[in-house]
Amino acid sequence: MDDLDRAIVDRLQTGFPVCERPFLEAAVALGTTEDALIGRIDRLLRDNTLTRFGPLFHVERMGGAFTLAAMQVPADRFDAVAGSVNALPEVAHNYERENPLNMWFVLATETPAATREAVARIESRTGLPVLTFPKEREYFVGLDLKALR
Amino acid sequence: MTALDRMLVRELQNGLPLTTRPYDAVAQSLGVTPDLVRARVNAMLEDGRIRRIGVVPNHYALGWHANGMSVWDVDDASVDALGARVGALPAVTHCYRRPRRLPDWRYNLFAMVHGRDRDEVAAHVADIASVLGDAVAAHDVLFSTRILKKTGLRLAAGRAG
Repeated sequence: MDDLDRAIVDRLQTGFPVCERPFLEAAVALGTTEDALIGRIDRLLRDNTLTRFGPLFHVERMGGAFTLAAMQVPADRFDAVAGSVNALPEVAHNYERENPLNMWFVLATETPAATREAVARIESRTGLPVLTFPKEREYFVGLDLKALR
Repeated sequence: MTALDRMLVRELQNGLPLTTRPYDAVAQSLGVTPDLVRARVNAMLEDGRIRRIGVVPNHYALGWHANGMSVWDVDDASVDALGARVGALPAVTHCYRRPRRLPDWRYNLFAMVHGRDRDEVAAHVADIASVLGDAVAAHDVLFSTRILKKTGLRLAAGRAG
């Protein structure tokens, strides 16, 4: 990553213009050109420095729910179970973690019923119980992580 | 949500097009005017349905190699007041209260902590412990070892909002 990559990652985490030519407006603020900015974002997405570019939706405000869920998956089945879980479009994030509960994922659904259905589908496809941890209270959600040097 | 907003969310959930006039491109796919697309995006930013527009980095690629989900068994009477203080610590990126699942899971406060390495995360976890003090009965830190999926919201096709 060079200085422009870091500036894009750091400064475009907090907002992007809504106007006819937003890349041009953002490029001017970053001291680069519209084409260069588009090319950089494309490359940062392709090399997996960025996972997404665009709007970040607040699921609860749209009437839906994010639910954290966890499973204890036997090591010899881990990749196959990850494939089954990730195949559901409701699964927004999935992480392997060091714990007896070793697979932690987030279900993003439009209704509580859809959460229950997704959990039931995962349990029937994998034969493993799913523990759910719906958010009861949100104390803080940070928006940005700076690019480290 | 209106049918238009729902179509717009479905169009944008894969990301904003990488073209000079991205909102025009979205408008063309939806068969509406670019002004209408920008107005609805602004309305969703204002009412909070869109938290923000921008880049979402892969924290590993940025040098944040250690990602620890710290979990705490906190006295129910104190958890809300303390949770707000934990969430205010600079190293904590997300902080939530969640239900216990006894006997499998005793922890009710979740605080996500990022660091360059595990030692840095451990130092942040010690800061959280000092904020929580005697209200904590037990805690653990679950380090992530792999991102298996990270896509964000996907609205199912077809359902009317």
